Amino acid sequence: MSAVIESHNHDDHHHGPAKGLTRWLYTTNHKDIGSLYLWFSFAMFLIGGAMALVIRAELFQPGMQIVEPEFYNQMLTLHGLIMVFGAVMPAFVGLANWLVPMMVGAPDMALPRMNNLSFWILPFAFFILLSSLFMEGGAPNFGWTFYAPLSTTYAPPSVTFFIFAVHIMGASSIMGSINVIVTIMNMRAPGMTLMKMPLFVWSWLITAYLLIAVMPVLAGAVTMMLMDIHFGTSFFNAAGGGDPVLFQHIFWFFGHPEVYIMILPAFGIASHIIETFSRKQLFGYASMVWAMASIAILSFVVWAHHMFTVGLPLAAELFFMWATMLIAVPTGVKVFNWVTTMFKGSITYETPMLFAIAFVVLFTIGGFSGLMLAITPADFQYHDTYFVVAHFHYVLVPGSIFSIMAAVYYWIPKWTGNMYDERLGKLHFWLSFVGVNVTFFPQHWIGLAGMPRRIPDYALQFADWNMISSVGAFLFGASQILFLFIVLKTVMGGKKATPEVWEGSRGLEWTVESPAPYHTFTTPPKVS
Amino acid sequence: MNEGSKKTIRTLCFAVLGMFTFSFALVPLYNVFCEVTGLNGKIELRATNVKNIEIDNGRDVSVQFVSHNNEEMPWTFKPSEDNIQIKTGKYHTATFYVKNTTNKRMVAQAIPSVAPSNAAAHLKKLECFCFEQQELAPGEDALLPVRLIFDDELPSSINSVVLSYTIFDVTDYNDVEFTQHHNDDHHHDDSHHDGHEMEPSI
Amino acid sequence: MFRKATTSVNKTLLSGFITLFSSNMFAAWDDLNMTEGVTAISKEVFDLHMLIFWICVVIGLVVFGIMFYSMFAFTKKKNPSPASFHENTKLELAWTVVPFLILVFMAIPASNTLTKIYDDTEGDINIQVVGYQWKWQYKYLEDDIDFFQNLTTDWDEIYNKTPKGEFYLEEVDEAVVIPVGKKIRFLITANDVIHSWWMPDFAIKQDAIPGFINTAWTIVDEPGTYRGKCTELCGKNHGFMPVVVKVVPQDEYDAWVKEKKEAAFRMAELTEKEWSVSELTERGEGVYLKNCVACHQVNGQGITGIFPKLAGSDIVLNDKARNIEILMEGVQGAAMQSFANQLSEVDMASVITYTRQAWGNADNGDGEIVVPKDIVEYKKPKV
Repeated sequence: MSAVIESHNHDDHHHGPAKGLTRWLYTTNHKDIGSLYLWFSFAMFLIGGAMALVIRAELFQPGMQIVEPEFYNQMLTLHGLIMVFGAVMPAFVGLANWLVPMMVGAPDMALPRMNNLSFWILPFAFFILLSSLFMEGGAPNFGWTFYAPLSTTYAPPSVTFFIFAVHIMGASSIMGSINVIVTIMNMRAPGMTLMKMPLFVWSWLITAYLLIAVMPVLAGAVTMMLMDIHFGTSFFNAAGGGDPVLFQHIFWFFGHPEVYIMILPAFGIASHIIETFSRKQLFGYASMVWAMASIAILSFVVWAHHMFTVGLPLAAELFFMWATMLIAVPTGVKVFNWVTTMFKGSITYETPMLFAIAFVVLFTIGGFSGLMLAITPADFQYHDTYFVVAHFHYVLVPGSIFSIMAAVYYWIPKWTGNMYDERLGKLHFWLSFVGVNVTFFPQHWIGLAGMPRRIPDYALQFADWNMISSVGAFLFGASQILFLFIVLKTVMGGKKATPEVWEGSRGLEWTVESPAPYHTFTTPPKVS
Repeated sequence: MNEGSKKTIRTLCFAVLGMFTFSFALVPLYNVFCEVTGLNGKIELRATNVKNIEIDNGRDVSVQFVSHNNEEMPWTFKPSEDNIQIKTGKYHTATFYVKNTTNKRMVAQAIPSVAPSNAAAHLKKLECFCFEQQELAPGEDALLPVRLIFDDELPSSINSVVLSYTIFDVTDYNDVEFTQHHNDDHHHDDSHHDGHEMEPSI
Repeated sequence: MFRKATTSVNKTLLSGFITLFSSNMFAAWDDLNMTEGVTAISKEVFDLHMLIFWICVVIGLVVFGIMFYSMFAFTKKKNPSPASFHENTKLELAWTVVPFLILVFMAIPASNTLTKIYDDTEGDINIQVVGYQWKWQYKYLEDDIDFFQNLTTDWDEIYNKTPKGEFYLEEVDEAVVIPVGKKIRFLITANDVIHSWWMPDFAIKQDAIPGFINTAWTIVDEPGTYRGKCTELCGKNHGFMPVVVKVVPQDEYDAWVKEKKEAAFRMAELTEKEWSVSELTERGEGVYLKNCVACHQVNGQGITGIFPKLAGSDIVLNDKARNIEILMEGVQGAAMQSFANQLSEVDMASVITYTRQAWGNADNGDGEIVVPKDIVEYKKPKV
């Protein structure tokens, strides 16, 4: 999504982008880096998606047809890691790069060179991770949650490369979040108080703090693994006085906030889009901010709900059940606010709005199944079945990923200066919407009926719905090629966009021309 | 860059370092937490000071001993008695029979676990073979003692406790003296990943 | 009720697929919800599940109802001038407090059920359950019964060479047998990595963690055969380690215990018997197919780079002593585990003999066989 293709008479006091490849290698421009992040994340989305399709193809029918169990485990591990760390997180960082400086009226990110670095180490991390597929013993095969001792004593040799890759991803995320926080805290336009910030900025500020808090913990966890594997320590090895369950505590202390890292920016995006296309000011701005902050804080005290079956004492199970249920309150507040924003609005249904509405509905369904999972006794039946798979795919695919697609359709006229093809956009939406539901809704049932997750083959009673789920997955996968085509078509040309692009748009980014000039807000705007 | 930004960056860098350190601090914190709450049925791997918990009129508790050999541990390892009746507040000594059935010197570590886990905090051990590693010569056997007591605070719903020991082969983690055996021991060369046929024949 | 509600949703959602797939697709609606199970606890868990489910459905209907109404009633065409309200403290307070109260309403029965599950009183029968890559071991602590539970589904069925049977991937060589009406306590642990023992009909799912004991208990009143699975990713064959529990009347259980003890005695006698090569290979093939094929494959070729081949392996051909040693001790740092505690002397001897005879190994190597006495001998201390 290159920002500027033809020359503009946008400003006279700044250089445009450099020419050729070096523009992208050396760029310190937040818009260029945002584009790099977004393209990278889309590439990872396709690779991780291809792996998901390998999984779904194997599960199309009972029996082993396409891959061996060993390779199947590698696919599900890499699919998880790539989608979490390669697709969703970089996409949000890309959006933050493009939008946060424009939304707060800053000329660029606070630390442009570090910004360049934090992007360019990412491809190396994923090159290392993917190259483990060709190593002896194969790629990591212990699931994206890499529980010890399967990931330590029993891991393939490539685990060391996996650890290295995770360290690099962590470093990239930490640098990215430092950049976001410093930009937001120190570079807002005069008059933009915290409580006047656009919600996407708020959501990213909270996300960045979460990242600062938990990515070092992930780094600590993998460092301990590395020491157990190579230096004879026993953090997670019972023989040496360690404890494999400790790994799970540390992992989920990182892992649960990580889940909200992948959904908070989506809250911000949905708020902007629903407000714009309802042509009505967002309902309950302040409660939206408080809701996000409380979700972030609660995320630190609910981690053990991923571990209800490891044998926790009753008091711990009760505490984590109640704390988890409590998250439903702020999440509910957000959904009610969105619905009330639409109430008595003046709504039109362009593609971003369709994705945003689907986001609200399907994310809420994922929230309901999350509430069910919080009920500890019932979780004993749901845990590690396809019910869980259905739950987190509902919050991550029609949740996070739909919000990213909504954001792309919503802001792409600002990025490229061209309107996307509305007819194709709607087609993409409907194909994705049907695909997602056909894929993941039946997984609730096969999970309740007793199909465990992470298995390459299953008993016969699960056959019919697995087949349907696989069909849905291929439909969803194929429709993303259409997405690529729509984006490319928009980058190349199309109806010219006005500065405000949408009738009901609010915010500083809509005050600059479309496409946004290479340098924006070199003199800070005044916010009243 | 202005002063404010620099300050924010400094604070954030400290936060990152702090959280990294915190992740390591979770290890001792977790162990303390486990010992206090009996999480995982974990019990202390050292003798406790148990002077004042002896009483005369304790109630009956049945203790069931369970042994398990972790993977690749060929020793014989069994409780001398499967089940004993003891009274809370009274010491009892139980023994486990262990024999190194292999033709090489090996070192073992036993890891205790208690079920139900809320009994763990009330089980004190004055002496246990799990406090240290056990080294046995080829063919050597031994009776390993554990001297235990339940304090009287043991929840009244618990009348039966399972005390399990899993033994792990920790020979490879061990001392220099052992390394010598290890080196001329053909089973332990480093080519295991390549599988059997890659190993040199005897 | 759940069935009816979901049927209609799905008929519309999936009508397109009906022609594509078999028409008996909707025959098994019962299979699409959580099982009620056969214990008091599992029924309580089921009721809890349905309660929360219906609460979610009602909340969903209200919220989505208002949302869809707004979507149709307040389009730009119908409502060209939007309202301008954007906050209402009373309303916002209400939708914070009301959901909180609903949650409290849910949390009370959930906490009660959980407390019941955490009952730690003594069991009538204690069974130690040990997860292995990739099978289960059961030790009846009072009766000294000890056996392994392996998947019996044929690899040819899994690889689609022969038709799949009724209990595909849910059948085992030996079910756990328990009597009705007795409190059974399971002491769950693992031998290598973390596994998880799941029996949906008893609402038990407990992780099996190496070095640590987790407990679970059940009282089953309905005799029957119940099927469950391992639910924690534990390596290559995680999907192939089912759990089968057979609940029988007390007298049947007593008879089973007696029969198991006698079988153990007969096994001891077998060890003393003189064995012929063909007897050993025949028995050994069965043992091999149950314990070894997953890695070393039916043709003894293994999987290049991961699991070594046995056909033509130098050790299998010519090094009987090392051959025994590997099976008894396992290979450190590799997937090969010690089978010393898993196979009887007879099975151990016969499976080694089988590998030394099969796939042309007898012709290419020294062809030496291993008899049960060799294993007994090996287990004796050598000083």
